[in-house]
Amino acid sequence: MRAAGDPVTAYLQNPEKATDQQIEAIKHKYHLDEPNYIQYYYWLNGIVHGDWGISQMTKDPVLDTIAQKFPATFELAIVSTILAVSIGITVGTRAATKVNSPFDQGTRVISLVGVSIPVFWLAVILLAVFYYYLGWAPEPGRIDKQFDNVPTPTNFYLIDSVLNLNWEMFKNVVAHLVLPAVTLMFASTAIIIRIMRASMLEVLGSEYVRTARSKGLPEKVVIKKHARRNALIPTTTVVGLSFGGLLGGAVLTETIFLWNGMGRWSAEAALNLDTAGIMGFTMVTAIIYVLANLIVDILYAQLDPRVRLG
Amino acid sequence: MTDKDSKDKGKTHEKKGPPTGAQDKIGQAFAPTIRELKFDLHLMSKSMTSIVGLGLFAFLLIVAAVPWLFVAPTGGLDPYVLPFDPYEPDPLPPGTNGHLFGSGRNGADIYYGIVWGARISMSFAIEVVLLAVVVGTVLGLISGYKGGVVDEVVMRVTDIFLSIPSLILVMAIAAALGKSLDSTKLALMAVWWAGYTRLIRGQVLSVRENTYIDAARASGSGEIKIMFRHVLPNSWPPMLVAATMDMGTVVLVMASLSFLGLGAPSGYSEWGKMVYDGQQYFYKGDWWMVVFPGMAILLFVMAFNLMGDGLRDVLDPKMRR
Repeated sequence: MRAAGDPVTAYLQNPEKATDQQIEAIKHKYHLDEPNYIQYYYWLNGIVHGDWGISQMTKDPVLDTIAQKFPATFELAIVSTILAVSIGITVGTRAATKVNSPFDQGTRVISLVGVSIPVFWLAVILLAVFYYYLGWAPEPGRIDKQFDNVPTPTNFYLIDSVLNLNWEMFKNVVAHLVLPAVTLMFASTAIIIRIMRASMLEVLGSEYVRTARSKGLPEKVVIKKHARRNALIPTTTVVGLSFGGLLGGAVLTETIFLWNGMGRWSAEAALNLDTAGIMGFTMVTAIIYVLANLIVDILYAQLDPRVRLG
Repeated sequence: MTDKDSKDKGKTHEKKGPPTGAQDKIGQAFAPTIRELKFDLHLMSKSMTSIVGLGLFAFLLIVAAVPWLFVAPTGGLDPYVLPFDPYEPDPLPPGTNGHLFGSGRNGADIYYGIVWGARISMSFAIEVVLLAVVVGTVLGLISGYKGGVVDEVVMRVTDIFLSIPSLILVMAIAAALGKSLDSTKLALMAVWWAGYTRLIRGQVLSVRENTYIDAARASGSGEIKIMFRHVLPNSWPPMLVAATMDMGTVVLVMASLSFLGLGAPSGYSEWGKMVYDGQQYFYKGDWWMVVFPGMAILLFVMAFNLMGDGLRDVLDPKMRR
């Protein structure tokens, strides 16, 4: 099967008017007339040398576009992860210490809904209720138009507003972040709560927790110092893995909240059959995914002295 | 099933002498299995979550199997295309003009979409997950049992698939194949087997070290027989749980891609696309076009998550007895 989206069109300003000669010249120049494995060699060569191809959609180099849009997605993903981890660990721990209490039952229902709810549906509902109906949230986007002239050297708007010492801008950026971040964190939070609760329950049944209790340590110390630290280990793995899911969710969240990041751009690339764009985005997510899991592995050693990095 | 079972099965075959009739033979051979199944069902019936999940699943399965009993198909060639009524250009709220859940643009009945959408979702999920389970099982079994070069090759390919978040990989493949529900299905099929391969391989690695595998080999069983008769039955429970839950996840991915514009076309009874089609009206206050289809997705995914949870409780040997 021939994949749709002819790569030649990316290099032509006006694909309809191009002559056969021009097309042949481009095919030759970019090695499109060579066998697939030779093309693959050139592609790999380009990837490691920073040439990720030209986007058919924008006619810009893919790597430039990614560099420009990456901070928006990363900022959103980091804020969501921080929210998800802090809520997930707190709620999961509490649920485990009060097994089968109304709080625990409620948590189970919420985390079940959390893993089952379609991200895009949640996003549409939040946007409709808090922006269109109640008017509490600012309009979709990363920032209000009035801040368009403020310089944004890093493109991480939270950092930029601090660099500019612009308190109004910071508040504005945070207000814009709330709904997308909440949408994005929902699924990860549900998973973290589940894992945290399960591993907390396992740890609480262990010998050393009994020992700690029989020494007469206050329950607070037993939970916080003895149990939770050990229960954090499986949770860390899940956080690393769910970061990948978060990037997938970002495609939907960004599209709905008109967030000018990689996710929204990749959805447009997919719809326009922009092969180079999709490949670029897939590469970046794969790299981030691998890096996130590497960080998790390093964190293990930090959390658990028994783990030695060799 | 436990290893106790496979031994029991062997005993019934060998020690009870020649069977008196075909029915009796089958009865004896399966007696332990049936006893085990009854026990599993008993365990499941005691957990509230799996009962709710099973009930929801049964209901959705009936709707998906015989949608024409709930609402008659449109006269058109494709029953999945929502009804069209040019005399009803504007959406109508639930309960008006015979629209139980309201209607969208041009008389697109939401109830019709929900019912026929169940059929789309169910068949989509079954096809994708079934294929993935078969491919994943065979590859994982061979990879784990054979080891060596075969294992290396299979697992490195699996790693490539697993190193990219599934929604993004599926989106990339589906986009390359063209915008349609079928290419979404193909893309999901191309991606989904990898998780099961890894899962089964991990199980096989531990199962193959058991003494009963040595015993089977010592008694002269062939490789294939050992793999499928002894290793596989003891390796599949975790995959069954994962596959059950994935039925929901696959539908989530399908709906998400349709919402983005890669799967089903507009005006189709696919829940994700219906949410997309109703989005603009929803922002103006007409809620039913978005709320009902989204609710349908939520319930569908929830049914499988609840069932998976229940199954895990039953199949996990640590939790039972």
